[in-house]
Amino acid sequence: MAAKRPGGVAAAVLYLIFFKANKAPRTAALTPPTSLRSAPSPQGGGIAALVLVLVLLCLPALAADLPKLTGRVADTAGMIDPATETALSQKLEAFEKKSSDQIVVATVDSLDGEAIEPYANRLFRAWGLGQGGENNGILLLVAKADRKMRIEVGYGLEGTLTDLHSKLIIENTMVPAFRAGDFSGGISRAVDDIIMVLEGNAAELEARAKRNPSADNALEDVDWIFVLFIALWATIFLGGMAMAILPPIFGTKIGPNRYRWLGMDITVGGRSSRGGWSSGSSSGGWSSGGGGWSSGSSGGGFSGGGGSSGGGGASGSW
Amino acid sequence: MTSLTIAPTARGAFPFFLLAVLLPLLSACGYNTIPTAEEKAKAAWSEVLNQYQRRADLIPNLVETVKGYAAHEKDTLEAVVEARAKATQVTVTPETLSDPNAFKAFQDNQAGLTSALSRLLAVVENYPDLKANQNFLGLQAQLEGTENRIAVARRDYIETVREYNTTLRTFPSVIWATLWFTDSKPFQNFTVAEDKMEPPKVDFGTKQGG
Repeated sequence: MAAKRPGGVAAAVLYLIFFKANKAPRTAALTPPTSLRSAPSPQGGGIAALVLVLVLLCLPALAADLPKLTGRVADTAGMIDPATETALSQKLEAFEKKSSDQIVVATVDSLDGEAIEPYANRLFRAWGLGQGGENNGILLLVAKADRKMRIEVGYGLEGTLTDLHSKLIIENTMVPAFRAGDFSGGISRAVDDIIMVLEGNAAELEARAKRNPSADNALEDVDWIFVLFIALWATIFLGGMAMAILPPIFGTKIGPNRYRWLGMDITVGGRSSRGGWSSGSSSGGWSSGGGGWSSGSSGGGFSGGGGSSGGGGASGSW
Repeated sequence: MTSLTIAPTARGAFPFFLLAVLLPLLSACGYNTIPTAEEKAKAAWSEVLNQYQRRADLIPNLVETVKGYAAHEKDTLEAVVEARAKATQVTVTPETLSDPNAFKAFQDNQAGLTSALSRLLAVVENYPDLKANQNFLGLQAQLEGTENRIAVARRDYIETVREYNTTLRTFPSVIWATLWFTDSKPFQNFTVAEDKMEPPKVDFGTKQGG
């Protein structure tokens, strides 16, 4: 496969990366790096395959039985009434805009025999709650059949929402409401409490929000393959175009269709342009490639920011 | 004219292109795999140590609080203090992770502390006043959180060490292990996954010794 048409292989690999990176960045399972075999294609192929492998290795391996992250309130067990769910989602979204802290509420039918602590940790990491560098996510997990709940706190918030706070919220807010059968109210008030605790540390909250100006535009979300692709393309395409257009405008004419510009003799419309490809105008291509970078991040659907948790928080049962 | 000027440049660029093709191949063949996996495992170990240290730091407070209510549970309290002293004596630095004896000593001592703590928490069940004490409740929540963090850190360590040890024994990275990274030895891993806090056993009067 490798040797025959290197260009084609490189393009296929590029397409593969492009497709993977855009369509399914977090759900792609960790596949064995079979693409290594396509590495021997010259130039782009080896690098592209390596990058592909690295990209795939960075993705967390997802266990099959974890629920999908459908939104800030992932109510798979159907414990929260629709009105509360909408209100909660809006509240959590507003809070993330303000502080960049990502709070997600999840309910599951059953833990399938697993303890809630490892399950919550697995779910937290699979969803990547919190911003990448900050790990400022919180997962409020309720397991219906097991009658257990847990507040799992990301590394970055362990100092703010301590284990004791989590325990108090569970014991004093959630457990009484749950025992009375008021799941929506219990969860809603628990979220209020969590937000209250996080807001209590106002200075730290503002500093964190400043470090993560817009949650969706974090640098980690930039698709570097896409950036590289656009930059390369722009350099080739715009660079050539610039060499055709700019010399007649800025250069001095030295013959029919021949101009001297920036110390180079350039033939416009003809075939040869001496030193054409190393010309200064290619830098224009690079900077226009930078335009592609901000468009690389997509808005819309909600997803975790790539944060992690080390098992902070507390659990309880009702 | 164009081809004439380009040709020498192309010949000069040939080694560069060769390198550009070969270097990624080199890392694709696993040259970087071993050091990367090794550093990851060391980092995971530091987190394990960190969390065990956190537990050890909680214990003096816990013991003092329990003493205030249950001073005559001397044996249990002393056992915890002793186990803590033993556990903090042995540390395994990332550099000595491949030493089975040091690792086993560390693991045994921490397991001893875990079981001493379990016994203490079981004894506490007999003291309603202590269980209602806010200070104790706070310490208990922190202890639970720390035990869980230890469990997570251990799980992460087990996973990273598994990966690292695998790179030392599998193709193609095994080539680099024998040719170049001869200092890299497999790391020890936790043998018993059950070293975690057992919930206190409810005992209806039929007390067994110990």
